[in-house]
Amino acid sequence: MTGAQESGPDAEAYAGLGDWTPESLVVPGEVRAVVSAPHPVLSRAADEVDPTAKETVQLAADLVATMRVSPGCVGLAAPQVGVGARVFAVDVTGHPKAVTLHGTFVLCNARVVEATRWKAGREGCMSVPDLTGDVKRASRLVVEGDLPGTGKPVRLVTDGFEARALQHEIDHCAGLLFLDRVAGAHAVYQRKVYL
Amino acid sequence: MNELAITVIGRDRPGIVADVAEVLARLGANLTDSTMTRLRGHFAMTLICTGPAAAEVEAALAPLAAEGQLLATVRAVTPDGEVPPVGEPYVMAVHGSDRMGIVAAMTRVLVDAGGNVTDLSTRLAGSLYVVLAEVELPAGVADTLVDRLHRTAAELGVEVTLRPADPDLL
Repeated sequence: MTGAQESGPDAEAYAGLGDWTPESLVVPGEVRAVVSAPHPVLSRAADEVDPTAKETVQLAADLVATMRVSPGCVGLAAPQVGVGARVFAVDVTGHPKAVTLHGTFVLCNARVVEATRWKAGREGCMSVPDLTGDVKRASRLVVEGDLPGTGKPVRLVTDGFEARALQHEIDHCAGLLFLDRVAGAHAVYQRKVYL
Repeated sequence: MNELAITVIGRDRPGIVADVAEVLARLGANLTDSTMTRLRGHFAMTLICTGPAAAEVEAALAPLAAEGQLLATVRAVTPDGEVPPVGEPYVMAVHGSDRMGIVAAMTRVLVDAGGNVTDLSTRLAGSLYVVLAEVELPAGVADTLVDRLHRTAAELGVEVTLRPADPDLL
């Protein structure tokens, strides 16, 4: 499942996802309620977490469980389930726009370290269910973060739709919605298609 | 050459654009700049036309309005009303719980900094209110303006971001 090769200046300190799967967390995930804007938790910069802490591991499992029961959901950040923690789950498997993909994974304390090849694209969000918007994102991305459970530092190199999903979720952890990044006065649309 | 400012608004139905544009074309009114969109079930058109006299266009649109579903206004305006840009283009995004006065307060902050709003749209989705404004700002005011926008947004209980508009030229 691993896509582009993980490399770069900190390649020794940051490995790839390896054989990590949500099942590595051992605990079963529970589906949590998703909050919608204008809930204040969505506009607050979330806190760093201890990726090995029991509550972080449970949160990671819950994010995956909630993402899996939500049709069309390719990513879910902790603020979206009302928790101000820098944790998110992503899975773009099977999405027609995905090129490189890393399957289902959860990252803690993730940050963008390289972002290039900016492209506009239409985004929606489970927490802004009635609107979509045109947002410019890097289509080539390097992200570093920690795996929940082991706390192992990882580096992901990705592109296209998975890169967009990662930036969207990292924004959630910074208290930003896609609405904060839309291109202009006419770049937000009433959502017409529901899955 | 007459320049006319025309507004048409009414309950949305198929054919409004075709009906109005047909009337204008028949009169030789050249449709220059326009915006046409659906706002909460109403179709709204704002048009600038050149050509015939205002009274002639008003009379020609009257049958459309007479059905009671459309409201049309026609006004002669001074041509060449373009305002030179005051500086660099920015996009302001505001979102939060709907309440009175968000547009008024936030745009006043922009104006007080010497800014000129060139485009603005709002969306109400459930209780979420979104304002997107394109604004030209004098050079060097953006940093202090951001602080003032944040203070005003905090008073209103909404979020605001101000970013340079995408400068891509191809």
